[in-house]
Amino acid sequence: MWRWLHPYAKAEASYRLLSRLLPWFACSAVVTLLISLVWGLAFAPADYQQGDSYRIIYIHVPAAIWSMGAYFGMAIMALIALVWQIRTASWAIAAIAPVGAAMTAIALLTGAIWGKPMWGTWWEWDARLTSELILFFLYVGVLALYFAFDDQKAGAKAAAILAIVGVINLPIIHFSVEWWNTLHQGATITKFGRPSIANDMLWPLLLSILAFALVTATLIIMRLRNEMLFNEIHRPWAQAELGVNPPVAVSQQETR
Amino acid sequence: MAFSDWQAFIHMGGYGLYVWSAFALSFLILALLTCYTLWTQRRLKRLATQLQQRQQRLAKRRQQEVNTP
Repeated sequence: MWRWLHPYAKAEASYRLLSRLLPWFACSAVVTLLISLVWGLAFAPADYQQGDSYRIIYIHVPAAIWSMGAYFGMAIMALIALVWQIRTASWAIAAIAPVGAAMTAIALLTGAIWGKPMWGTWWEWDARLTSELILFFLYVGVLALYFAFDDQKAGAKAAAILAIVGVINLPIIHFSVEWWNTLHQGATITKFGRPSIANDMLWPLLLSILAFALVTATLIIMRLRNEMLFNEIHRPWAQAELGVNPPVAVSQQETR
Repeated sequence: MAFSDWQAFIHMGGYGLYVWSAFALSFLILALLTCYTLWTQRRLKRLATQLQQRQQRLAKRRQQEVNTP
């Protein structure tokens, strides 16, 4: 049943697949991002309490969701790399971590900018904010470990273990607003029952969440392709992809 | 449309500075990451060319060593 998956363990096959997918992801990411942000910024109604400042939600919430989504994906790749020793999966750790870190940074910065006018402070050491900051440090730690060893395999293994251990932080981030008394508001969409947000605001938000998913996927695909080429640069297929004709063994034949 | 004119849109009901700086910062971060990734791709191409040139030099030298008695 899963036989069709086997060829993609080879970097060359999955590189071709990613190259085919990339333009579709990139185009749909740009289009959905533009539509959702214009919709959220100009057409969605103002909030009755927060006025127009709430429009930061259209980048803050999707960035925060995918900072956690990317981490979950990275942890799955780490598990695959550790258990089945698939090299492509360990390269995916290095490809995903910077993208996830960027999403986390966006969520933290836009949260601070939103917090200043609404809460009266840029930063508060409360549960939601602190656990999201720890997520950022986890990404940085995974990246640092990955590149800290001369032996790349040892680095990938250490980074994979940290990535898996760090998964414990994901439920802490999600439930922090319920478990502790925080400044941050509770869940609006990801809860049981109807979302407590007006439809005029909900639709552009859902679209922006989709847009950020596509942006995250596009960046990960681009970075994973680079990782594959870098690690296989001595192989003819990678050299051909990089526009270098692989040297045919002519010179050796001449010497005989 | 939630705003009457462009000025109101920029002003954002008094929160213009916050809203626009949040959007600008986010785009800056995404743009930087994208540029860095594209730059890595260019660097890989240079690296591949260098590797090939080095291999060709080595092959040439081996050939000379074989030809000289």
